[in-house]
Order: sequence, then structure tokens, then C-alpha cells
Amino acid sequence: MEKCRLVFSGSGGQGIITAAILLAEAAVLHEGLNAVQSQSYGAQARGGAARSDVIIWDKPVYYPKVVQPNVLVCLTQTAYNKYHPTIRPGGLLITDTALVKVDKSAEARLAQLAFQDQVKQEMGNTRGLNICVLGAVAALTQIVSTPSLESAVAGRFDERFREANLKALHMGIALGSQRSSASV
Amino acid sequence: MQGKVKFIQGNEVCVEAALYAGLEFFAGYPITPSTEIAEAMSARLPQIGGRFLQMEDEISSICAIIGASLTGRKAMTATSGPGFSLMQEALGYAVMTEIPCVIVDVQRGGPSTGLPTHVGQGDVNQARYGTHGDHAIVALTASNHQDMFAITVEAFNIAETFRTPVILLFDEVTGHMREKVVIPEKGEISLVERLRTSVESGVDYHPYLPREDGRLPMSDFGGVHRYNVTGLYHDMWGFPSDDPKIVYGLIRHLMDKIQNYTGNMTFFRQDHIEDAHTVLVSYGAAARSARHLVENRRKRGERLGLLELQTLWPFPGDVVRKVCKNADYIVVVELNTGQVIREVKLAVDRPERVYLANRIDGQLISPTDIQNILRLLHGKGV
Repeated sequence: MEKCRLVFSGSGGQGIITAAILLAEAAVLHEGLNAVQSQSYGAQARGGAARSDVIIWDKPVYYPKVVQPNVLVCLTQTAYNKYHPTIRPGGLLITDTALVKVDKSAEARLAQLAFQDQVKQEMGNTRGLNICVLGAVAALTQIVSTPSLESAVAGRFDERFREANLKALHMGIALGSQRSSASV
Repeated sequence: MQGKVKFIQGNEVCVEAALYAGLEFFAGYPITPSTEIAEAMSARLPQIGGRFLQMEDEISSICAIIGASLTGRKAMTATSGPGFSLMQEALGYAVMTEIPCVIVDVQRGGPSTGLPTHVGQGDVNQARYGTHGDHAIVALTASNHQDMFAITVEAFNIAETFRTPVILLFDEVTGHMREKVVIPEKGEISLVERLRTSVESGVDYHPYLPREDGRLPMSDFGGVHRYNVTGLYHDMWGFPSDDPKIVYGLIRHLMDKIQNYTGNMTFFRQDHIEDAHTVLVSYGAAARSARHLVENRRKRGERLGLLELQTLWPFPGDVVRKVCKNADYIVVVELNTGQVIREVKLAVDRPERVYLANRIDGQLISPTDIQNILRLLHGKGV
């Protein structure tokens, strides 16, 4: 397989680091692949810029950081402004229509999806945003299977929140599948 | 290896390994980037009947583990640079009193509070020289989770075998990073248990009277024997002495018990050394970038090799000299202004072959950074 380098970016508290961990965990525990997940953040717990790097491959991964992502997820305008120039030509940029205004050209496929609007509409709050994004990333990239992701998500959350997160995951998978069947 | 596969942070690997080694007591004061060690310990230790104590600071943390160890329990604390500074005095006490314990320093950028959430490897010399007075010390490190597990278990084995504190010098990148680790089955890695005295209750026990093989059997403090423990130079009863013969004998013993057994505590990995004209010497997170580069450039036929050190102290100078013997260029890759490079220069013949590839801006050096430095060295420009 081709080495898959992903960057999840946004602000602290959005849960993007959790999304990155779950994707990597699904790849390692359920798909038998290698994955390395790392993160960088400032000293504050919420509101600061947050970024998580994931590399998934069927060979050993040594250097754990992503310099040029194949897949770049941006959930804030700041993150988009900062990271969009790093995307690998031919890569995939995933943004939220309500949170990011894509105003710069890039030699990448673009998936602008209404994660936040849809999660808010169907679930009443935006807490499932990160898991919805995770579903879309998986559907668009096909790195891990849906059952693998379901296991990772179900294993992560307490029973009280399991159902809601699985719902968010499937919402994301649907959003991503619609996008990938349309021309990108 | 058929153990349980986990996808966890390096800090959590360290916890699982410590428990595997038989840890029963942890005292600490959480600090980034080591916090997850205390966090996981607070959950895991009570499950197995151990004790977790959150202390008021790092001074009390290390004192608590020294005390716990003296009573017969395997004990550990974890911190980062600022806390490691506070632990230096008691670290020397553990050296002097010969009480086994493990101190984890998950390194971040320093000096002072420095860069809490970013990586550095600036505590290598502090681990060696931080506590005052002549002494020997053991410091180990690793670059990936499987090695981190093994080296953590080894830290406890060395601590018990040689009755010494052992420092685990990890870093923010390996501590926070998640990757696969296989937790070995029980018995897969052998464990060293404490050597306890066979002197019975009611018979005088000499805490610092060596057996014929030089080892000092311990008696659980608070158990059946009364004895004295002091950071002062002491005789075989543990009582203070300034008799020059006793003083000389003790300092020699403290140095020799580590330095004469360097071979027993030397761990390293070497890749593609045989025909390498350039050897990278690295450790911890920086070694991941070095290995990435070596594996990539080898595919293009470049004669690049890697020596990854897992033992930093006592410095494995003999290994470095042998491995680097035929290299035209020796490049030390580390995240500081040059700490291990000094030891490498002392170890090798023709030290003018030794160069530094580093980053000191809180970022992990990348394979491209190293490659650019190699191009300059090899006269190819950037």
C-alpha cells in the first residue's frame, strides 16, 4: 500500500486528536497495519491550535511527523490558513463548510462538507463533530473499513455516549460517501 | 511474541512495563510531558494492590519512592526537566545509600520551565552530573514502544541487581506518540527480584557488609532488623564514618559497581554498519528520524549506517569506538547543543570525523534536516 500521511487540525476541544487516535487505532488493532499518531499543541487545554499527525502504512514507520499530508483536515480558519500550503499535490483537503472559507487554490481534491451543521441539526449539539469527520475521512480515503472504525469508536466511549458517537460516525461515512461518488 | 497488542502512548507503555517488572509503589507530581505516567499509575496500581501517591512536589516524590523501596517494594517516579532538577539531591542520596529505584524523565525543552509541550534531549548531562559529588549513574533510553517496554523492565532489573537508582531518559515525542506495542507474556522477559538477607531475626544484620560476590543483601526496613541509613559516608553498620579507609572504600565501591559492569548494562541497536562510510549515532526520538533516513538512503545505495544507543550512562564508549571504526563520517543526531557528541568524540579514534546534526527549537529533527547536513559534510551543497 501507499504510505498514508494525514494531518487533523483545528482548535483544542474540538476532539480532532481523538479522531486521529481512533483512525490510527482502527488501522493497528483491527486492520493489522502499522500506524503512528502524534500531536502538537500549546500549553493551554482549550482554544489553542491543535494538530495531530497520523501515518498509516504496511511497513514500519520511523519518523512520526507529517511534513506533506496526503489528507489534510482543517476545522478552523486558522488551521486552514496555516496548513493548506503543506498539502501534497494530488492530496485531499477536507474542511467544514461552516467553519472554514476555502479561499486559496491548491493542487488538491477538495471536500467541503457540512459536518457541523448536520451534527447540530441531527444531534442538537456539536459534540459529535470529531467522530462525524472521522467517518468522512475513512469513507473518502478507504484506509480502514467501517467495522474496524465501529469497533474503535465503540471501544472508546462509555456506554452512555456510544450510541450517539456511532450515529455521528455513520453520518460522517454517509457525507464522505456522497462526496466521493460525486466528482472530486 | 504472542502477548496482547495495544495502541497506546509511550508514557502508558512505560507504566505497563513497570507493572510487568513488579512495580508496587509510585509517587509523583504530574508534569507535562510525563503526566500520563502518573495518570495511568493512579488507575492501574490500585487494581493490583499497589499504592499511588500524588505528592506536593518532586522532592517529596523521589524521597517517597526511596523510602518505599527501602521497605522492600519496587518503586518509581516520573517527571520532566524542572522536576528532575528538584530530584537531584535525593538522587544522590539513593546513590549513596544504594537504594534501588527508577526515575523517569520525559524530556521537554529546557532550561527552566522551557517548552512544556515540545521535545528536547537536554537532560543527558544532567542525568550524569546533576547530583553533586563523584558518583556513577545508569541512564537508559529508547526510540520505539517495544524497546521502551523492554528497557523499562531492564531499568528495574539493573536497579535491583546493582542497588542503584536508574534513570529512564525518554522525551516528549516518544512519550506522547502512539504506536503498536505487544505486551509480552509473563516470563517472556526475565525479572530480577531483590536480594534479601538470610540473616534471621534477632541476629545482627550489617546493611553494608558485602557478600563474597560483592553484593549487599537488603533487609526490608521496618521489618525484623534495626539498622541505620544515612547519606553520610558510612561503615558496614550504616553509621557515619570519616575514617579515610572507609571513605575511600565506599566511593570506590559506588563507582566500580557500575563502571566495572558497563557491559552488563549496555544496550544498543546497529543497522547497516558493515560497509557504512557515514555512521549516524543517535538515541530516543532523534533516532527515529535517523533510522528513517538510513532506510531510505540505503535503497538508493548510499552507504549509511545507524548506531542507536539505548544506554547513555555509563557511556558505552567501547561499542561506539568499534562500530565507528571504519566510518569516514560520524554524525551524532540529538536534540540539544551537543551532549552525547562529547562522549562520542572521547570514545573514537580520530575524533575530527565526528559532527553534530541537531535541532534546538522544540521540534523533532526531520530526516530532511539530517540529509541536508550530510550533503554539506559530503561536499554536495544543499
